[in-house]
Amino acid sequence: MGDYIVELENVDAGYPGATILRDVSFSVSRGEVFALLGGSGCGKSTIMKHMIGLNPVLAGTLRVAGLEWGPRTRAELCRKIGVMYQSGALFGAMTCLENVMLPLEEFTSLKAAARREKAMALLADVELADAADKMPQEISGGMKKRVAIARAMALEPEVVFLDEPSAGLDPITSSALDDLILKLRRERRTTFVVVTHELASIFKIADRCAMFDKARGGMIALGAPAELRDRSPDAFVRRFFNRGGSNGK
Amino acid sequence: MGLVYSTGRRAASFAASFRDTCAFLGEAFGAMAGVAPRPRSFRFRDFALAFQRAAYEGLAITSGIGLLLGIILAFESAAALRTFGAEVYVSDLLTISLFRELGPLVTAIVLAGRSGSAFAAEIGVMKVDEELDALTTMGLPPVRFLVPPRVFAAVLAMPILTVCAELAGLAGGAGVLQIMGVPVPVFWAHVKGTSDLFMVGFGLFKSCIFGFLVGMIGCGAGLSTKQAADGVGVAATSAVVAGIVAIAVADGLLAVVCHVWGV
Repeated sequence: MGDYIVELENVDAGYPGATILRDVSFSVSRGEVFALLGGSGCGKSTIMKHMIGLNPVLAGTLRVAGLEWGPRTRAELCRKIGVMYQSGALFGAMTCLENVMLPLEEFTSLKAAARREKAMALLADVELADAADKMPQEISGGMKKRVAIARAMALEPEVVFLDEPSAGLDPITSSALDDLILKLRRERRTTFVVVTHELASIFKIADRCAMFDKARGGMIALGAPAELRDRSPDAFVRRFFNRGGSNGK
Repeated sequence: MGLVYSTGRRAASFAASFRDTCAFLGEAFGAMAGVAPRPRSFRFRDFALAFQRAAYEGLAITSGIGLLLGIILAFESAAALRTFGAEVYVSDLLTISLFRELGPLVTAIVLAGRSGSAFAAEIGVMKVDEELDALTTMGLPPVRFLVPPRVFAAVLAMPILTVCAELAGLAGGAGVLQIMGVPVPVFWAHVKGTSDLFMVGFGLFKSCIFGFLVGMIGCGAGLSTKQAADGVGVAATSAVVAGIVAIAVADGLLAVVCHVWGV
């Protein structure tokens, strides 16, 4: 068995009474940037919600860091993962610094000064040390996402899930966010699972990706982005990767 | 077939809503009971903020309504009692009605309108913005994180607001009676003669119950906000409506209990 941080075996994804994806199987290796992609409504965010323990899988087995989500493993698994939501999901009543300090406050025995120092270091990593005392309403969408990444990294998780990091951002900010993900992966050896449909971002950051299709109700491709673009036997996959010209070439 | 289908759907929806309510109540009571053994888990800052909004910022409107209530009650009852030359007994009527019934009731309705809706809207926006999901994936159960500070703030704010409303009501009544020729010392002597510790204490106990209901219903409505354009508005409205209904039902039940116990 390989050194996998996330493993899905024959998973049916969706909600009770509404299966969206059937029989999904793939694994994410440690240290990898893995992208979940597909068109809008194909179920990639639904799969991520299963991975982060928000919804139970309908069938099959899903393991994160070797554990299945359940009442007994929830607390342990929550320490092993970090999540950045599409909107950032920063707590509006707290400053950026307090947002990053929250997990440290709740789950570590660090003294206040040490918590502050660590949170400031995380904000510096995402190049937002000077926004520490700002409220989330006072910063831009891209900055919110960077603060959310800093918060997700606070407990040094084994895997960080990012939901549509490029959504709503201009290309320059989006590219800067991709650079940040690569920098954090390089410096901290963190695994990233990214939900996205931005081809430029996929080619820039993803080592491998899994592609889903709503019409076929399942995973239709798995592999490195360039490999899928050039050699996928599936015409839909090749068309998806080649849309808009020469992505990644 | 249509009737059977729609009845079945409603029954299933009612059952789901009942199950969710029971789950919320269980989790919320567990969270509140867990504050004593684990005080570190209690969000004092959120409590202070909710208390400031409920009590301090609600003081003026609650006192204002109490004052107007006292004035209106005094005028209306004085008109009837004057026929018997018994205007002075307006003070007795005011004392009993404000301390036992109207003080806690009107204050609770104001709290439901201000803080109940605010709790629902605040938590509802957090839900729509995925902040509740963020708490869950951090390993912080939203109910444990959000409910105790707000409910405790409402419970603590209610007696303070009630006392202010009652005193303002008495002041309004005293002013009206002064105009009608009943001096303030006489009014005050009647207030002291009519009221007792049990009456005031029972009114404040009721106010705590009402505060608890407003807090719980506001938080519950916020947590069950639907992910729709009007989700937060619907949650805030339902918090106010359900809060006022719950207050009226609780008041009625307490009145029956008092009657049965002869107090």
